[in-house]
Amino acid sequence: MIPEIGHFLLWIALGVSLLLATVPLIGAGRQRTEWMAYARPSVFALFGLVSVAFLCLVASFVRHDFSVLYVASNSNSALPVEYRIAGVWGGHEGSLLLWVEMLCLWMVAVAMFSKHLPQQVLARILAVMGMISVGFLLFMLITSNPFDRLFPVPVDGRDLNPLLQDPGMVTHPPMLYMGYVGFSVAFAFAIAALIGGNLDATWARWTRPWTTVAWLFLTIGIALGSSWAYYELGWGGWWFWDPVENASLMPWLLGTALIHSLAVTEKRNSFKSWTVLLAILAFSFSLLGTFLVRSGVLSSVHAFATDPRRGLFILGFLTVVIGSSFALYAWRAPTVGLGARFALISKETALLANNVLFLVAAAAVLLGTLYPLFLDALGMGKISVGPPYFDAIFLPLMVPVVFLMGVGPVAKWKQAALPDITVRLRWAALAAVLAAMLAGIAAGELHLGATCGLVMAFWIVASIAEDLWTRVGSKSSSVNDVVSRARQLPRAWVGMMVAHAGVAAFCFGVAMVRNYEVEKDVQMAVGDSTSLKGYTFIFKGTRELQGPNYSALQGVVDVSDGSTTQVMHPEKRIYRVQQNPMTEAAIDAGVTRDLYVSLGEQLDSGAWIIRIYVKPFINWIWFGCMLMAAGGLIAATDRRYRRAGKNERSGMEAT
Amino acid sequence: MSKIRFLLPLVLLACLVWFLGAGLKLDPKEVPSPLIGRPAPDFQLTQLDNAQTVVSRADMVGQVWILNVWASWCAACREEHPVLLRFAARTPVVIMGLDYKDERAAGQRWLRNFGNPYRASLFDEDGRVGIDWGVYGVPETFVIDKEGIVRFKHIGPLTDEVIQTRLEPLIRSLNG
Repeated sequence: MIPEIGHFLLWIALGVSLLLATVPLIGAGRQRTEWMAYARPSVFALFGLVSVAFLCLVASFVRHDFSVLYVASNSNSALPVEYRIAGVWGGHEGSLLLWVEMLCLWMVAVAMFSKHLPQQVLARILAVMGMISVGFLLFMLITSNPFDRLFPVPVDGRDLNPLLQDPGMVTHPPMLYMGYVGFSVAFAFAIAALIGGNLDATWARWTRPWTTVAWLFLTIGIALGSSWAYYELGWGGWWFWDPVENASLMPWLLGTALIHSLAVTEKRNSFKSWTVLLAILAFSFSLLGTFLVRSGVLSSVHAFATDPRRGLFILGFLTVVIGSSFALYAWRAPTVGLGARFALISKETALLANNVLFLVAAAAVLLGTLYPLFLDALGMGKISVGPPYFDAIFLPLMVPVVFLMGVGPVAKWKQAALPDITVRLRWAALAAVLAAMLAGIAAGELHLGATCGLVMAFWIVASIAEDLWTRVGSKSSSVNDVVSRARQLPRAWVGMMVAHAGVAAFCFGVAMVRNYEVEKDVQMAVGDSTSLKGYTFIFKGTRELQGPNYSALQGVVDVSDGSTTQVMHPEKRIYRVQQNPMTEAAIDAGVTRDLYVSLGEQLDSGAWIIRIYVKPFINWIWFGCMLMAAGGLIAATDRRYRRAGKNERSGMEAT
Repeated sequence: MSKIRFLLPLVLLACLVWFLGAGLKLDPKEVPSPLIGRPAPDFQLTQLDNAQTVVSRADMVGQVWILNVWASWCAACREEHPVLLRFAARTPVVIMGLDYKDERAAGQRWLRNFGNPYRASLFDEDGRVGIDWGVYGVPETFVIDKEGIVRFKHIGPLTDEVIQTRLEPLIRSLNG
């Protein structure tokens, strides 16, 4: 009965979202208050309906209802409860339901926190989001119903893919989807502004916190996915340029560009048509990512078995959404105007260059991801694009981005003086080079690639320090003075600095891991020992272990650094239902290094091949991402968004 | 004129949609290979674990054999690997690997870590041989008969189903 209720609620939700997509929009066009007022209650109704449907699917998983096809394909009676819940988004149909649930969450958030918006604008925004939910609900109900029944009812389920049975997988998709779907808010704001013709600094100020929050969720989601790949796939890598990873990276790149472009639009009223285009693009790439992952046009580890109707539906939906947005853009954007002019050397130019670089990077990733498909469609043969292409194209684009990250914040709006910037940053540049070389020497050897990466990291830190000194320290006479000045720093500025520091930590981690990682494959019989980078590893043997739904062979490896000894337990697991062998690496995580031990295969002699890595500073990669997200959070809670909200409301009440 | 540039996104989208639509009709796993029914392309490559030993097409003539293209950077190969290991354990047919666009050390390590289903792996560092064979997405699998004619090609990870319903019947008929 529960699955039928869920299915039924989705149909009602479709009806509600159809009304939401039309009535308030028409109302906004005709200035009919009572029609526009329809938007908010229907958003709450939609949220309630979809949430209960979502809970119905959760309940089917928790109760082991294998008469539901989706549950039977993605769960098993021996599966622990936390993975049964994660199983809800372990496959195609449930992922879509999660997508729609997230969309409803964002709609409710907009309805609740945007009371200060003019009614017309809010009605249009919610209607546009309603249209998106119509598309996804239809997609689910026509091609991918998670509540389809299975007859005869199987005795047990086929189990969740063992790769996904991991704590990281419980949280990674919801975060990622929060980000993906969050860009629909910026998109809806952009479309509403294009329709209403009120594309201005106020629009940018309304859009900014939403975009930043969506971006920070996407950042966390990507970081979680990457750390999952690191410890779960057992290859020790953290980014593979897999099409599905690329599908999440492209919206992130465009979202990053959008955040920066919005700053210019808000402060200087420039870049308006460019910003609105980026807002459309960021969401379009989220949709494109969904298409790439769900249609099966590209084969990838993450792709599930697909049916061609799904691909066609998403392609059709994609064409309608993006096509109509671009058409609207082509029609309305030419009238927007250029906004304030700026000189060649100015903050605007730095931010424009940042935008172009991010856009080019996203295009390059798109090209690499789709290139095999393009050539094949043109009948020009078949090729495959691997990590070498992406490394070769992506790194050179990120170098100028990082350079500008130092220059942009200290450059003045409208017109900056080159000598002024040079004077301010010359010490930062010198300090960055020196620090990078010292770090290289400390790590063991100087090395061109590593030094370049480290210079990037230290350059960001040094330029932040310079800016901070100018703002807080240089004119202060006492410690109290410094503290009071620091307190007055706007949160938006602090958030930016924290996020930039996150990029520095990220660059530092990447440069260290890429250049100073050491690894060793050794054949070890019981009692053998080997050493690597000052650590001694002693193989004590293996033992059998029974997990809830797997059997494992667990290796026991003693690791000592001379003073302390600890035990590491790499595993090889066989999941009973799907019979896939999985390698669970043992990781001793630390601030300065990770020790990573994984079991290879057993030789005829009884000895094991054991793979050992010492990965310096690898956690800084994800720590950096978390700092970026934290920066986003700080910036999104800037006082002026709240104050602006109050002012506008009181202003409207007064009139 | 100035208005035309605002139409640019729309034009780019139209191109992209055309490609994606065309891509939907192509099943990446079922692309017919022009090689099928033709002699296998010639090659001369060193073995992955032994840079001194050269293997060429002529060495393989006279037996039915399987060529499986893989690489240590290829995520889908990791997924395919247990299937291939199980298959190798029960089949008498020679399975050769082609380590495509890889580094020798990385390839060797990968096999040591995850198991080696291959009689030997050919090391195709610059991907030349892969191009001759029309390798499109790693992993790919070819079946070559006793006369050195390519009889079957599968793109993407092998599954137990493909092995049972396609590969094994074909190999039986080629050997029979």
